[in-house]
Amino acid sequence: METLWSIVVGVMLGAGIYLMMERHLVRFIFGLMIVSNAVNLGIFVAGRLTKGNPPLIDEGALELAEGFANPLPQALILTAIVIGFGLLLFTMILAYRASTEMGTADLDQYRESEES
Amino acid sequence: MTEWLLVAPVILALSTGTFAALFMRWRTLSLVVIWVGAVVQVVSAIALLMSVLDEGIVAVAVGNWPAPFGISFVADNLSAAMVLITAIIGLATVAYASADLALRPSYPLYHVLIQILLVGVYGSFLTGDIFNLYVWFEVMLISSFGLMILDANRVQIEGAVKYVILNLVSTLVFLLAIGLLHGATGTLNMADLSLKVPMLDSGKTTLIASLFLFGFAIKSALFPVFAWLPASYHTLPSGVVAIFAGLLTKVGVYALMRVFTLVFSLPNTGLQTLLIIIAGLTMLTGVLGAASQFNIKRILSFHIISQIGYMVMGLALYTPLAIAGGIFYIIHHIIVKANLFLIGGYLQRKHGSDNLSDLGGTYKALPWLGVLFIIPAFSLAGFPPLSGFWGKFMVIRASLETGQYILAATALFVGLMTIFSMTKIWSEAFWKARPDGQPNEPLTRKEHWLYLTPIVVLAIMTIIIGLAVEPLYQFADTAARQLLDTTQYVDTVMGVLR
Repeated sequence: METLWSIVVGVMLGAGIYLMMERHLVRFIFGLMIVSNAVNLGIFVAGRLTKGNPPLIDEGALELAEGFANPLPQALILTAIVIGFGLLLFTMILAYRASTEMGTADLDQYRESEES
Repeated sequence: MTEWLLVAPVILALSTGTFAALFMRWRTLSLVVIWVGAVVQVVSAIALLMSVLDEGIVAVAVGNWPAPFGISFVADNLSAAMVLITAIIGLATVAYASADLALRPSYPLYHVLIQILLVGVYGSFLTGDIFNLYVWFEVMLISSFGLMILDANRVQIEGAVKYVILNLVSTLVFLLAIGLLHGATGTLNMADLSLKVPMLDSGKTTLIASLFLFGFAIKSALFPVFAWLPASYHTLPSGVVAIFAGLLTKVGVYALMRVFTLVFSLPNTGLQTLLIIIAGLTMLTGVLGAASQFNIKRILSFHIISQIGYMVMGLALYTPLAIAGGIFYIIHHIIVKANLFLIGGYLQRKHGSDNLSDLGGTYKALPWLGVLFIIPAFSLAGFPPLSGFWGKFMVIRASLETGQYILAATALFVGLMTIFSMTKIWSEAFWKARPDGQPNEPLTRKEHWLYLTPIVVLAIMTIIIGLAVEPLYQFADTAARQLLDTTQYVDTVMGVLR
């Protein structure tokens, strides 16, 4: 199970990074979305995937028995998703504003501020 | 009492920012809140530093959840010193901005965002939990995005696009590294991590450590991923760029120092040689980039990069002297760099440009400003007895002791090139005759003093650091030993409630 999802995460990261290296701002944003989801999924997988076993500690035991998914990464992802969503919205608005100001979404043409 | 001091900077900055936002319509009230808040932050940071000097490393488990389960806040010498410097720079920018930005429509928002930025910076310095560090990074990042586009003009938006893109990449890599680290060790507390990471096999360690290095390298503008910095900083108003230049990249360097001493021990990651090479190239590319520029803010932006090289050089050599030198360098650099940007901003306000070709004759008109410029400029270049000399002396001596002769030679050469850049600003902006038709905006007496007080105070601090080097060296040395010998840190954090 984890092996399959690790491969999925890898493919998503590859696709996302490829898109992020594009010159077009919109493609960059698509890449950003994919990479941030891939990272969240990666954390999720790293915390093990199990079916139908609630992570409860048995009476008298001090720690979890084997074969349970770790609940902490899932809580971490919640935080990461919220933060990622906020950043994504900001980036989209910035990209929209930038493309209207500059008249293009081609990042290679964003050179005005670097000419003195 | 100490428990409260540890969380005080974050709480104070957060409440200052919140109240300033609530009172945004009542300008005077909001300014009173900001000023009181900024001063109280400095006082609480001094109190924190005192208690760290008194008791050694201090820690608090927030909400009484004992480490490693809850989030701890920890202050050692390095953290406490960084918090104090941050508070001082925060206060200096508040004063400076009341002259520099007061006429802009975004002025009330500026103060709110600066306080939230400070929340993120304080949090990053004080937290003892690596996921919490990520959250503080985000707080810092999102408010810096806001500050980046404060005037929302074309140039700023263009710079912001580059800044946002590269910083988001860094954030995602950092998050991925945290996820993998937690998957491998099952803990997020940095003290607990320092006990568990040595149990990992070396392949895993190197992989996760390289992800951390890459994420923090973008943050701290190391070679070859520094491109966002010179592409965006010069578009910012001086009140913003001074605090960015002083603090943001240094949070990245701090994170490198913390993670690669406490969590991973740098020599065990197999990345030490790489980091030494990166440090040398960062210094070199930064200073060569600066040599080709003709705009004050852009010259200074490139110098941030070259100076970051010295700090990372301290970490990369990984001896007590080198790390002490690196810490000393960070403290010196924050003060000096912020000050140079403040002086550049003053010239820009007065003459309407920060291009060297439009400036001139300043020494004749304002000789004391020339003196105020010379102090941080020479300190940056490393003239004794100013603060920069001692920082350079320590890291270069450490590199000679460890046999890194090429690195030492690079560091010396970069120092020489720094003098070249500084004399370029001096001869163009101060020495050259005043160009025809140069605007000269008259400033009111109050504005004048609001501009100059932070510049003078920071210049005095530079001189004091240079003259009173022995106690500061002792302090940095203790800080370096605390970083290299993690037992005290781990005992303090893990034993908080024992």
